[in-house]
Amino acid sequence: MTYRIIHYINQFYAGIGGEEKADITPEIREGVVGPGMALQAALRDEAEIVATVICGDSYFASNLEKASEEIIEMMKKYSPDAVVAGPAFNAGRYGTASGGICEAVSKQLGIPVVSAMYPENPGVDLYKRSCYIVETTDSAAGMRKAIPAMAALVLKLLKGEPVGSPSEEGYIERGIRKNKFYEKLAAERAVDMFTAKLHGRPFVTEYPMPVFDRVEPNPPVTDMKNAVIGLVTSGGICPGGNPDHIEASSASKFGEYDITGIKDLVCTEYCTAHGGYDATYADQDPDRVLPVDVLRDMEKEGVFKKLHNKFYSTVGNGTSVASSKRFGAEIARRMISDGVTAVILTST
Amino acid sequence: MVKEIERAGLPVVHVCTIVPISLTVGANRIVPAVAIPYPLGDPNRTPEEEKEIRRNLVEKALKALQTEVTEQTVFTD
Repeated sequence: MTYRIIHYINQFYAGIGGEEKADITPEIREGVVGPGMALQAALRDEAEIVATVICGDSYFASNLEKASEEIIEMMKKYSPDAVVAGPAFNAGRYGTASGGICEAVSKQLGIPVVSAMYPENPGVDLYKRSCYIVETTDSAAGMRKAIPAMAALVLKLLKGEPVGSPSEEGYIERGIRKNKFYEKLAAERAVDMFTAKLHGRPFVTEYPMPVFDRVEPNPPVTDMKNAVIGLVTSGGICPGGNPDHIEASSASKFGEYDITGIKDLVCTEYCTAHGGYDATYADQDPDRVLPVDVLRDMEKEGVFKKLHNKFYSTVGNGTSVASSKRFGAEIARRMISDGVTAVILTST
Repeated sequence: MVKEIERAGLPVVHVCTIVPISLTVGANRIVPAVAIPYPLGDPNRTPEEEKEIRRNLVEKALKALQTEVTEQTVFTD
C-alpha cells in the first residue's frame, strides 16, 4: 500500500517570502511544495505526500497552541499516515514550529512523525523527546543528505520496523534507553572500555551522562534605588550603518555602544543588524527592542540610580552556543568592572 | 548570554517573546514580551499606548529582578 504523508514547511521554503511574510497563518495545499519534491523522490512509490502545510515561522512560534490546533484540523481532512516537518537546519523558529507540530500530531493523531534540524537549533532540546529529529548541517546546503535520512526513517516507522540507535539511523539522541542483549558481560565490556581508554584508543560509552548546564539564580536586587541597570540584547540594535558590521546571522561578535545623554533610540540614529526577523518595526523605533526611552524616564524619576552608559548588542540569529557563551562572559566582565548591578536582556 | 551573565554574578532578567526557548536555554527570571519583531512595543497602537506597554514590561522586569527565585520563574503578571 502507499502511505499518505503530510509535509510541514515554512513560508520561506514554500517560496512565499522571507521575514516580511513570517506572520502568515497556516494553509494547506494538495501535493508537494518546495523541498517536498526531493522528499517525494526519496520516498519513491512507497509513500505519497498528499498535502503540504505552510505556516509563517513567527506566527507559529508566537501562537504555539493555536497554530498547532489549526494545522491539525487541516491535516485531519487528508487522513495522513505520517507527518514529516522540515528540515529546519539552524532556523530557530522553524525548528520550534517543526518540533511543535510533530509533538502535537504525535499526541493527537497518534501517527509517526519525523523532523530534521541542526543539533544547536532550539527546537532540538524542546522536542527531541517527542519525536525523531534527523541531524542536519546548519544550512540548506545539507538538504541532499537530510532528505533521504528523513524518508528512510519515516518509512521504517510506518512499516513498524525496529528503529536502530541514533548513530545508526542519523537522528539526534532522544534520551530514551532501550534494553538489549550483548554477547559479552557488562564487566567484560567495562574492562574493554577501560583498557581502550588507557591505550588512548576510541571507545563508545553505553550510557552517556546528560549535560545539565544550569546556573543558580542570583539573589535579587534589594536596593533598586541605588542599582545601576545594564542593557543587553540579542535583537541586533546598533548605531545606524552597523559600524561594527555585526553579521545578520551567525554573529561572530557583539557591539558596545555609548548612550551617554541619549534619551530615546530614534530611527535616524539606530537600527537593527538582525536578519532573523522582519526589521521594519525595530528600524522604525529601536526602543521596541531595547527600551532606552522608558529606562531614561525611570532613571529621572529615581526608580533606580543609573542606566549604564553603554549597551551591548549582538544578533541571536543562528549564532552558535559557543559564541553566545563567549559574548555573555565578556559582556558580564565589562559590566561588572563598570559597576553595573543588574541586567535586562531583551530577545526578539 | 543570559546564563553567562548570571554565572558572572549579576542578577539578570530575560525579556523575550518565545518563552519555551528561554526556559530551555536556562534563564532564571523570564518576562514574556509582546511579539518577535517588536518585543517591547506594538506598532498597531498609538505611540503613547505603545510606550505604556513598554513601561509596564520594564516595570515587570525590574520587579522580577527584585524577586527572590529558587528556580526558573516566568513572571506573567
